[in-house]
Amino acid sequence: MQTILNKYQLQITIERLACQVIENYVDLSSVVLIGLQPRGIFLADKIFEQLKKIKPGVQFQYGKLDITFYRDDIRKELHEPNQTEIPFSLEDKIVILIDDVLFTGRTIRAALDAILSYGRPKKVELCVLINRRYSRQLPIQPDYCGKSIDSIISQKVKVEWDKEEVNLY
Amino acid sequence: MQLSTKHLLGIKDLQLRDIELILSTATQFKEVLQRPIKKVPSLRDTTIVNLFYENSTRTRISFELAEKRLSADTLNFSASGSSVSKGETLLDTVNNILSMKVDMVVMRHSATGAPHFLAKHIPVAIVNAGDGINEHPTQALLDAFSIKEKLGKLEGKKIVLIGDIMHSRVALSNIYLLKKAGAEVMVAGPPTLIPKYISQAFHVRVEYNLRKALEWCDVANVLRIQLERQNQVLFSSLREYSLAYGVNKKLLDSLNKEIVILHPGPINRGVEINSDVADSNQSIILQQVENGVAVRMAVLYLLSNKQSFT
Repeated sequence: MQTILNKYQLQITIERLACQVIENYVDLSSVVLIGLQPRGIFLADKIFEQLKKIKPGVQFQYGKLDITFYRDDIRKELHEPNQTEIPFSLEDKIVILIDDVLFTGRTIRAALDAILSYGRPKKVELCVLINRRYSRQLPIQPDYCGKSIDSIISQKVKVEWDKEEVNLY
Repeated sequence: MQLSTKHLLGIKDLQLRDIELILSTATQFKEVLQRPIKKVPSLRDTTIVNLFYENSTRTRISFELAEKRLSADTLNFSASGSSVSKGETLLDTVNNILSMKVDMVVMRHSATGAPHFLAKHIPVAIVNAGDGINEHPTQALLDAFSIKEKLGKLEGKKIVLIGDIMHSRVALSNIYLLKKAGAEVMVAGPPTLIPKYISQAFHVRVEYNLRKALEWCDVANVLRIQLERQNQVLFSSLREYSLAYGVNKKLLDSLNKEIVILHPGPINRGVEINSDVADSNQSIILQQVENGVAVRMAVLYLLSNKQSFT
């Protein structure tokens, strides 16, 4: 096992990601955070908390998205869906998809399909904590990235929120 | 994550964890039905035939909508207007349709056991949308979903089924499901419409007095008199039935609690249920219909995995 981000680095990275997400946008009322189920929501929660600290007056819209019904491996294995909560339209909004680890890119491809059910966003950007470089199976890259790492397919990246560290197994 | 059965022929064959899986998946599909675009691509490689040998409004439309929301291709077959009138057998009809590469069959038939018969002869997954006086599994599932939505859980809740228990497939499926889920079940109605040994067979309470039944229960599922399935006179008149067993607002208001009212539809207003009850806010009849689409989406989604690219 190898620790990619320790407790201190994890905290600093989350703070940096939150700052990066908002530095490009003047009108924050049209920025929407969408955390991907099942594991991206923990990172999205932390980024949402951080944004509330940096910009206390702003009402950020925050939703959770489950992509089980949009997966492309449905004939290999059926997954149990988690909750989707997007109680607002995404029409003309800037959507920031948030997930913990970007690996093959298939989850994000499914997420792009899923969010089209909520309207036509103005722009979609991707924010991930860990980018597993050179492991992509689709042409998808992050806009905001905590850390890029090299890994082989048999390895697993685990974001362990209880221990507050990110480890490579 | 999958169901323990290849088909959905009845609640009798389902385990409790299958039921829980269907209901939790249905919760997610209900969210899909609130979106601006109410479609998911999950079943876009699937063609489903709705084989209805009996009349239906709710069930057929509900299944068709569920299939379309899952992006499946749907075929609707109703016996009237087909070659069934020329004498074509059930098996021939189905095999002909399957030759056109149909992946799943949703079937309603007046003969008890028709889907079970079919399941032995054809390779695709079958969903029973009602067979004779046997079972109507998706109705029981959506009833359970609706009760859970309103009351939080099924375990320990007291549910009475009122009406033509003997000929009701909704009743039997509900009895199986509610017993498996740990609810307490009572059947109520005129003695001629309740099977003689039902309490021994299914461990349900039997009550011939409507007031006592309503005083006992948390939920009342009111069933329609299945006139089309009775071939003998089992009560003196519809009016007399409604006087003794019709659920009306005055009766409900006189109880010391607010019970939840369900009805599978179609309603015979003024017979088994009055308009002032059916349209009241104690009734969740329209929520049942809404939930029916989500529950059927869950069933079709969970059964679809049985075909793979072999």
